[in-house]
Amino acid sequence: MRNVSIVGIGQIPVGEHWDLSVRHIAYHAIAEALEEAGTDQVDALFVGNMLSGGLLSQEHLATLVADFCGLRNVEAAKIESACASGASALRVGHMAVASGMHDVVVVCGVEKMTDTTGESTTAGLATAADAEYEAAHGVTFVGLNALIMQRYMYEFDVPIDAFAGFSINAHRNGVKNANAMFQKPISLEAYLNAPMIATPINMMDSSPVCDGAAAVVLVASEQAGAYVTGHHPGAVQILASASANDTIALHDRKDPLFLEAAYVSSQKAYMQSGVTPADIGFFELHDAFTIMSALSLEATGYSRRGEGWHLAADDAIGPEGKIPISTLGGLKSRGHPVGATGMYQIVEAVQQLRGEAGEGQIGNASVGMTQNIGGSGATIVTHILGG
Amino acid sequence: MSIASLWRTKQQRYSLQGEICPDCHKAIFPPRDVCPHCSEAAGPLHTMSGRGEVYSYTKMFNVPDGFLAQRPYTMALVKLEEGPMVTAQLTDISDEDVEIGMPVEMVTRKLREEGDSGEIVYGYKFRPVFAAAD
Repeated sequence: MRNVSIVGIGQIPVGEHWDLSVRHIAYHAIAEALEEAGTDQVDALFVGNMLSGGLLSQEHLATLVADFCGLRNVEAAKIESACASGASALRVGHMAVASGMHDVVVVCGVEKMTDTTGESTTAGLATAADAEYEAAHGVTFVGLNALIMQRYMYEFDVPIDAFAGFSINAHRNGVKNANAMFQKPISLEAYLNAPMIATPINMMDSSPVCDGAAAVVLVASEQAGAYVTGHHPGAVQILASASANDTIALHDRKDPLFLEAAYVSSQKAYMQSGVTPADIGFFELHDAFTIMSALSLEATGYSRRGEGWHLAADDAIGPEGKIPISTLGGLKSRGHPVGATGMYQIVEAVQQLRGEAGEGQIGNASVGMTQNIGGSGATIVTHILGG
Repeated sequence: MSIASLWRTKQQRYSLQGEICPDCHKAIFPPRDVCPHCSEAAGPLHTMSGRGEVYSYTKMFNVPDGFLAQRPYTMALVKLEEGPMVTAQLTDISDEDVEIGMPVEMVTRKLREEGDSGEIVYGYKFRPVFAAAD
């Protein structure tokens, strides 16, 4: 096994790209990453994407993107695991380089969600659940998260405004990210007055539907020196890459209030890298909904069960806090283009570790963790990166 | 869901047909080939009583294609008395009636009408268990 490093990153600002197709936004991210790496010699392209078939009637996506990018005679394949598609694609790229099968791999997460109506996109997202026993009954992803949040508030006696801090932190940090969809802060009043989507989840608990693409170039760490020349900002090493699953249906979980797959994948990642939660300078978690932030913090060792929301209330998650999260806006403020999200988390972690996060720069950023969640907790991929 | 899929799952949607594991004797819904509790071969078939209680619930305002006419509606996780949990809509309720722990029973209702072909999909929903009138 070889160590693997990231020598190029690229991203398009998250938003509603009415004027661009999925191929264009993927190209934007990939071209930027390749330019930074200073190479066009690529062995493989792995594309993380969830909904190109369902929303765009376009499968065979990786070959479409490779073709559009001028990457011919390379291996190209799409990796899908719902909202965890981005990080799952990175894992495939990581395995390809670590094993020695390939030397230079591009991984791109891409999603185009605004070509369809809101109802169609909502139905598309629901395909990450059990089609016959969840989605068939009319539940959405917001609905599944609402079922978790309602029970969590009941079981742990949590007040309704307990989750506000997660949204406020994400928006405060998104202001500092030029690639974020929403670059303005929100107030507690705005949170409390936001319209309900599925009780008790309101608009401000939820990440937005949007378009986006983010990409990296992976090489063997022992060969990274050849790419880090001139003004190159430096390679970032993947210290750990781990994935775990749970039942696809929320109703089949042993404990619907515990993200067992987050626990297992983060424990694997801690073992691989030899770091502990205390060593990690920032944590890009999967804040698709505020309840997921609380559950992720609990499952990865930052909080006891039922107390993850205390970290938001105490602002331990802020840029100066014990464990800064969503440092460049997270899913809530940067946006959640589902299959691309895992790769935005990686690209932002690289920005932090290189000291290139601008006003959003975290002080103690020598090791960072990312965690990408598919479904209501069914696939969870954890990466740990270091400078 | 396709016609074939609806036909294939009708015993589950119309009568909550599941299984009792022959090894660990736990109830399973819907039927599986491998018991999720003990990993032995699952079976034989067993029809659930339809009684349970609300584990959690949500009133949904944003809904997917196929459910727009019913908006808003209340979804629940219902813990069946045999043990399995199911995701289903609550029916015959008003907003303020719903609470965690509330006893409910299965009824058959229209779930949705399928896209252009318009076939009506029936399946289980749950309603509060009312005390019998004197």
